[in-house]
Amino acid sequence: MIPERWLNVALAAGLLAVPLLAVAAGETFTVTLATKVAILGLAGAGLNLALGYGGLVSFGHAAFFGLGGYAAGILASHGIVSMPAIWPVAIATGGLAALAIGALSLRTTGVYFIMTTLAFGQMVYYFAVSWPAYGGEDGLPIYVRNRFSGLDTLDPIQFFALAYVLLLAALALTARIAASRFGLALAGARQNPARLQAVGIRRYGIALTAFVISGAITGLAGALYADLNRFVSPAMLSWQTSGELLVFVILGGTGRLWGPVAGAALYVTLEHWLGGVSDYWRFLLGLLLLGVVLFARGGVIGLLSGPPRHG
Amino acid sequence: MPRSVRCSALSASLLAEQVLNGLQLGVMLFLMAAGLTLVFGVMGLINLAHGSLYMVGAFACAATAAATGSFWLGLAASLAAAAAAGALVEIAVLRRLYARDHLDQVLATFALILMFSEATRWLFGSFPLYLDVPRSLAGAVELPFGIRYPLYRLMIIGVGLAVALGLFWLIGRTRLGVRIRAGEADREMIAALGVDIARLYTLVFALGAALAGLAGALVGTLQSVQVGMGEPVLILAFVVIVIGGIGSIKGALVGALLVGVTDTLGRALLPSALGAFMEPSGATAVGSAIASMLIYVLMALVLVVRPAGLFGARA
Amino acid sequence: MKPTMTAVLAAMALTAPALAEPVKVGMITTLSGGGAGLGIDVRDGFMLAMQQANNPDLELVVEDDQQKPDIAVQLADEMIQSEKVDVLTGIIFSNLAMAVIPSAVAQGKFYLSPNAGPSALAGSGCDPNYFNVAWQNDNLHEAAGAYANDAGFANSFIMAPNYPAGTDALTGYKRFYEGELAGEVYTQLGQTDYAAEIAQIRDSGADSVFFFLPGGMGISFMKQYAQAGVDIPLIGPAFSFDQGILQAVGDAALGVKNTSQWSKDIDNPTNKAFVESFQTEYGRLPSLYASQGFDTANLLLSAMGKAEVTDADAFRAALEEADFASTRGDFRFGPNHHPIQDIYVREVVKEGDVYTNRIVGVALKDHADAYAAECQM
Repeated sequence: MIPERWLNVALAAGLLAVPLLAVAAGETFTVTLATKVAILGLAGAGLNLALGYGGLVSFGHAAFFGLGGYAAGILASHGIVSMPAIWPVAIATGGLAALAIGALSLRTTGVYFIMTTLAFGQMVYYFAVSWPAYGGEDGLPIYVRNRFSGLDTLDPIQFFALAYVLLLAALALTARIAASRFGLALAGARQNPARLQAVGIRRYGIALTAFVISGAITGLAGALYADLNRFVSPAMLSWQTSGELLVFVILGGTGRLWGPVAGAALYVTLEHWLGGVSDYWRFLLGLLLLGVVLFARGGVIGLLSGPPRHG
Repeated sequence: MPRSVRCSALSASLLAEQVLNGLQLGVMLFLMAAGLTLVFGVMGLINLAHGSLYMVGAFACAATAAATGSFWLGLAASLAAAAAAGALVEIAVLRRLYARDHLDQVLATFALILMFSEATRWLFGSFPLYLDVPRSLAGAVELPFGIRYPLYRLMIIGVGLAVALGLFWLIGRTRLGVRIRAGEADREMIAALGVDIARLYTLVFALGAALAGLAGALVGTLQSVQVGMGEPVLILAFVVIVIGGIGSIKGALVGALLVGVTDTLGRALLPSALGAFMEPSGATAVGSAIASMLIYVLMALVLVVRPAGLFGARA
Repeated sequence: MKPTMTAVLAAMALTAPALAEPVKVGMITTLSGGGAGLGIDVRDGFMLAMQQANNPDLELVVEDDQQKPDIAVQLADEMIQSEKVDVLTGIIFSNLAMAVIPSAVAQGKFYLSPNAGPSALAGSGCDPNYFNVAWQNDNLHEAAGAYANDAGFANSFIMAPNYPAGTDALTGYKRFYEGELAGEVYTQLGQTDYAAEIAQIRDSGADSVFFFLPGGMGISFMKQYAQAGVDIPLIGPAFSFDQGILQAVGDAALGVKNTSQWSKDIDNPTNKAFVESFQTEYGRLPSLYASQGFDTANLLLSAMGKAEVTDADAFRAALEEADFASTRGDFRFGPNHHPIQDIYVREVVKEGDVYTNRIVGVALKDHADAYAAECQM
């Protein structure tokens, strides 16, 4: 078993090394794939906070991801093209949407919560599809990637660097939250709500706070993803996206700090590789996911470094 | 020439017809929701692949009807195929997940959706299949108050209500029903009583799957039989059981009818209602946008008042 | 005068430079999921033309976009950055086209559209390197409007899903249709039950119904419409009546008039040969999508015979000439690189066991699109 800390360092170094080597070898597209991993890992890190640390199985995180993307797309279409100006708006959009959806959904627990978040996600999706102002189903192109002063964001490796730094920041924030008093209360809300109640802490407030932070991080990832593709569309809001975000987290290891990154890396690699193997590659993907759930609980990180240490 | 959209006052017979349409959609959703809610109530399993069983039913019906020329044989095949697929999946995969948390169940059944969809595409190709109503049920009938309504849709309403009654009878009055209710209340208890719980679970799952397959076959004649047809219905069925209360057949029925009628009337009435305040093309766009969100608003309202749904026993 | 297919191929073989630069084509199309039928037809039509031309300088890479815009964008990035393609093609759906095309042509690549023709790329957003070989999205709907006038309809009920292509469809119909509207309804995208709309149609007093409901939506609508026993005539664009869909609709579609730039009974040698060879090769009748894929490949091959792809200006000029034998007969590009072509009225008929279309008239002759004037290039 490899200690989780080492594994995390290896993941961080690997995710940095691959695009740097790719640039040296002139393989620009590999940089794009690595950027995708970093951004989806960031979105997964947001979900992981709610899911892994708070035990809130949200099947509607595509809503925050997509709304963050739309924040970037809509601002860009109105001429606001500076990333430092766009990001706070995307974070706030994701957070506020999570506040609204969470406030209602967290009145429920368990399987109700899963279905409710899924349904609210669909509601946002249908709204985006049928609201004509910003392209509806056709989506909204961002003709030139938004800017960050001092950097050329159109250069794949520089854009990767931005995504990578934001990913590290979000993971550092997650680690701090997990270790804080709030994080302990959140773990308590996951493991034993009744005891939490007994010491006078309301689960609802704790869970809602975690859900809002989670939505905000996923919203930021959405803005970056929009810039990666130079395009936003309702597909980002679809239930399949919610499912994929869940897959990243679980594939990597639920509640493990770098789990979503490991999961996203594996997923993106598989998608890229299996797509070339067969037209019916999604069958293979399904089979693999099934195998992970049945036989490799704890995901990649659980497989390599064993069950989490209980703190 | 100036164009105008005729703003007709809504006639009573049109309204009645739309209510019937809502009931028909509701009854169809009930067939889906009943299986979902039963499986959750008894085994505590959330099954995203329920929509795939619906698709299996539709494809089995279309393929059999095409081969034999008989819709009724197709209907029987849909029940058999969906039940068999359900039982197979239960035995091979899902029974390992009863003791797991919902998260694992969600992921595993998400994986099953991918596999079912691609396997169906591999077997039947990427083009939609043909399935039509049997000749004996084609056409429309005159109802009182000048309503003309398709006979086939009336039959769906009838079948759905009959299935609802059958389920109430099954669960309330039979030995199997006693075991199902016991299984919901206390799993160890009925195992201790010597009931083969593994067989009971497979049976319940196959029953739920058969209902989904039936819904798929019945609706397949009205719609397009194609890969991916199950997921939109699945999500509506989720809304239904959240509103009705998970585990409750009565809740599934009431929730399904509520969702069916709300959705249909919203789509039919909202755009023209908004037309009173706005110019027509804007009103239709905004009206349709709001109508598409209406059932989710309904769900939110129910959650505010009763977080466990209208008839939910446990949250 | 149009040269025949074989003549074109022979001419190309003669004029192709001895040491021609190979042309690498990236095809991004929908090969999995619900919309796969369309992408498969475009791909098969394209490959059939390639196979018949047997030009070793043409190299094709095909990838599946899963009908997801983000995947399409990443595939385009991959094809441009790592496969180093010269020409992109293949996208079926407008929303994916909007995601890929502007940035691909901005990077100096050629894009030949075998299906989607969003208005934004026909008007102010047009580009010298973007060619549409199918139609501008509004074209078939405009033709349906023109047909409605010819047929003497004066009170149409019109219906489309509530998304940009749906609004464009109704706008296109109204651009040519001169009568009154009995009703205008936007349905939900992916909607499967049309009972509510059918009740409205019956109640509206319309003399005709125009609908644009692509894919499964159209199948559902037509079956339910026939079952409801409403007998107001239907008009639609070819998208709900292509060869793949008709078999799933069955009798419910018989007699319905639809508008298309292509039909398997267009009388010219290219088309005859195409329909025959497609059937031999793939064991099914071609759809309009297959014809578009076939034409796209032949356009490309014709340009390759005239210019090197490395000389972008010459290659563009060669594409503009559109000097190839189209399955549609007459085919040329307007100033915005969109087709100017005849659009036919077809009727759904049954030939033996197979449901198909036959031409019953011409809706619009030499029809161009409404956005060409806004295009500056």
